[in-house]
Amino acid sequence: MRPFQYDRARTLTDAVQITQGEDAMAIAGGTNLLDLMKLQVETPGKLADINRVGLGEIADTDGGGLRIGALATNTATAVHPRVRADYPVLSRAILAGATQQLRNKATTGGNLCQRTRCYYFMNIDQPCNKREPGSGCGALDGIAKLHAVLGASGECIATYPGDMAVALSALDASVEITGSDGMERTIPVRDFHCLPGDTPWRDNVLEPGEIITAVTLPAPVGGTQLYRKVRERSSYAFALVSVAAIVEMQDGVFTRADLSFGGLAHKPWHDPRIAQALVGNAPSAQLFDRAADILLEEAQGHGENDFKIPLARRTLHAVLEQASENAA
Amino acid sequence: MAETISINGTAHPIPDDPRITLLDFLRHDLRLTGTKKGCDHGQCGACTVIVNGMRINSCLTLAAMHEGDEVTTIEGLGTPDAPSPMQRAFLENDGYQCGYCTPGQICSATAMLGEIANGWPSDASETLDGPIEATGDEIRERMSGNLCRCGAYANIVAAIRGVAAEEGA
Repeated sequence: MRPFQYDRARTLTDAVQITQGEDAMAIAGGTNLLDLMKLQVETPGKLADINRVGLGEIADTDGGGLRIGALATNTATAVHPRVRADYPVLSRAILAGATQQLRNKATTGGNLCQRTRCYYFMNIDQPCNKREPGSGCGALDGIAKLHAVLGASGECIATYPGDMAVALSALDASVEITGSDGMERTIPVRDFHCLPGDTPWRDNVLEPGEIITAVTLPAPVGGTQLYRKVRERSSYAFALVSVAAIVEMQDGVFTRADLSFGGLAHKPWHDPRIAQALVGNAPSAQLFDRAADILLEEAQGHGENDFKIPLARRTLHAVLEQASENAA
Repeated sequence: MAETISINGTAHPIPDDPRITLLDFLRHDLRLTGTKKGCDHGQCGACTVIVNGMRINSCLTLAAMHEGDEVTTIEGLGTPDAPSPMQRAFLENDGYQCGYCTPGQICSATAMLGEIANGWPSDASETLDGPIEATGDEIRERMSGNLCRCGAYANIVAAIRGVAAEEGA
């Protein structure tokens, strides 16, 4: 690791002050950041340890929702009684990712900010527009099995690797952020992550010096919730394709179909046209195909990851079939 | 007062260099070499220790981040003369071959039985709210963060099941 200045923040104000400046970063669980610092992919000059600033609480909101503090660990969130009872898709998504050791340390805010596992991003000897703007993209003509089939650009075809955020996207959660001037803002998690475009170094909308303070879940809805993750081995592997689904039915037709997808893009993928196509209709193979057509309308493979396109179609089919059986 | 970290019940000053991971602090500074460095990237689990009751990868955390924390390593679980139930079970079931991953396996398994006792579900659990039994599937999923390159998995699972049965999990 490159040398860095380490400061322990005691309050949120401390944390925001310490993380001012281009080469300053906040560290919480550290499971991704320290990995990347050892690889010299990340070389912060200054680290603010924010673990003691008191953002770990998980509490009910006035509107019947749930506010998950940015420092609540993935384990604390996944096993929280209200998450298990009212937001099971979130428990399932978290439990489908990483290992218990990592989930015990990883935090809500850090998980949202985790970086891609693109092989070229993680190897400083390789070109990567995300890590070193203008150096090129090794994955475009290289090994691209993990890579995006939706929303990619000629600059970057990396995927967002996480599971938790896919469930948060399906649940339409919000991200609370505190900025350098103490200003607070709240944005939908669906707008938190960016597409690569011609600024692939930008994973999300956080500005320098901004810190995530919480994620808020809206009041729970009925129906059935599923998280289905397809991966190369049955534990401790990133998603090739994943689907988070919240589905309600009444009188044999879909009345809700909030779906988000992991493993396909630079962000958890949510396309509101899919719900529009499903709601009001009875489940059928043709309907599921129409939903998949909408999802994959502009899908583009890069050779090695071509398989993700039919895999996404089949996974969506399987999820809708199971969800409609559960919800009927 | 100096900032300290408690290792197996003894307070130690936090090292000056913030780059020192908890793993390097244990092995290099304190010479507690039971905890092993495998991949140093959180993939193999050989460095697993228990911090405030939770198992973590000691390679992916800085010693400086653990002011006031209570760390238990393999040396703190038991001794050759008085092994912990899990240490004894690994011996009795031959739950290793070369032994390099064993301290991490034992720390991980010890904390894991506590998680099951708490009723915390895993990816292998049928429901999120049911009581959890320490079945082979549950143990394999919950131990997926600890690799054994000798492939002693069958005996590792047997050792853990034995302790779980003794403890009524």
